[in-house]
Amino acid sequence: MIPSAFTYERVHTVDEALASLAANPEAKLIAGGHSLLPLMKMRLAAPAALVDIQAIRNLHGVREVDGQVVIGALTTHAEISAHPVVRSLLPALAEAAAQIGDLQVRNRGTIGGNLAHADPSSDLPAVALAYNATLRGLSPAGEFALPADGFFLGPLTTAMPEGAVLTEIAFDVPPAGTQSVYQKVPHPASGYAVVGVAAVIGTDENGCFNYVRIGVTGAGDVAYRAVAAEAALMGQPPTDEAIQAAAGHAAEDGVMGEDLYASADYRAHLVQVHTARAIRRALP
Amino acid sequence: MGDLRSSVQVPVTVLVNGRSYTVDVEPRLLLVHLLRDVLGLTGTHIGCDTSQCGACTVLVDGKAVKSCTMLAVQADGCSVTTIEGIGSVENLHPVQEGFWEKHGLQCGFCTPGVIMAAADLLRQHPNPTDEEIREGLEGVICRCTGYQNIVRAVRYAAERMQSADGEVEVAATAGLDRGEGSQGGATS
Repeated sequence: MIPSAFTYERVHTVDEALASLAANPEAKLIAGGHSLLPLMKMRLAAPAALVDIQAIRNLHGVREVDGQVVIGALTTHAEISAHPVVRSLLPALAEAAAQIGDLQVRNRGTIGGNLAHADPSSDLPAVALAYNATLRGLSPAGEFALPADGFFLGPLTTAMPEGAVLTEIAFDVPPAGTQSVYQKVPHPASGYAVVGVAAVIGTDENGCFNYVRIGVTGAGDVAYRAVAAEAALMGQPPTDEAIQAAAGHAAEDGVMGEDLYASADYRAHLVQVHTARAIRRALP
Repeated sequence: MGDLRSSVQVPVTVLVNGRSYTVDVEPRLLLVHLLRDVLGLTGTHIGCDTSQCGACTVLVDGKAVKSCTMLAVQADGCSVTTIEGIGSVENLHPVQEGFWEKHGLQCGFCTPGVIMAAADLLRQHPNPTDEEIREGLEGVICRCTGYQNIVRAVRYAAERMQSADGEVEVAATAGLDRGEGSQGGATS
């Protein structure tokens, strides 16, 4: 399968990328290309121009800054899942990144490309929501910083400004003592998340829940925060009954999708079951 | 193709199996087609052409990638290793030797991709468990073997590479590092 013809330009700075996008409104950015190229090969996407940003050096890597872990948009899933800082401070991100696609895909696919593409079955949006991530970048109007909560608007649609470049993603390091996990039901053929639940959970000295953030992906057109389940769990003791009851609310904040593999009812059920499992796994 | 949009060719320089090539290509040319159709390296196979089967796996700057899901222009400045370059008949790569010893193939169509993916798997996990081998080979599909002997072959290679005799390894991967520094790929 051959993509439609396009012009190609490799840029080395974010400013060059912005200028290229401004000069050609039909241009698309390409990094690892593992979301875009399959679409282009199937001719579901046919951009007139590709602006290759892979060579922008300062968009690679992981650094720790003031209670946040900041990850360059061009950092690959393989680099993220193996990175010691991510593994120790954002274990749910390491866990999710290690489950994306396969070894070859993780070598090419980037965190920025993944989040900007906003595939509704992608793993990372759930993690970005659970860790209260901020997506930063540059647009023709200047810098932007958008919270993950509100970034994902629909399938392949985000709140990013037109002609913008996503440069880095800042994850809040959760409070000390919290645990975080990513719990996934992969589609048996594609490996994409039929349902994916990221949970950051903390308990007080009595064992009661005092920190809860839950992100859900795959279940519908857009990833969401399970706010009702979070509220139901706060202050509760870590009993099976309390966890079950809270997880029972986990599908309420999303609109469940439906396809040949999973009905909306089944997806809602999976969200509840796997939210409960994620919470149990995150208990100390 | 009936497509009137730009088919302006752009120059691409790649180091393939230690040999440098500079060719003019259409931006939409896939890396796998550069290797097979332009450079004549037909050991890299095209199976599904939809990023699933992994038959087209090659190493780009030492990392396994599906060459059907990478543009040739994206490989500009990179070092590419294909099945033709990972070992030689006289000096097989340990993974190739493992496939020979443990009968890791039947029809052989997927084998070049599986060997390249396994080579990267062993770079990331020099001493993998069977579970890690199976997970690491998730991105390659073999319709003949049921994977049992592939796992044995990779385990054989891991043991071979772990053993004191590092000579084979060094010889077989020489050339991988030569393109480094020329392209933004690996950073930490």
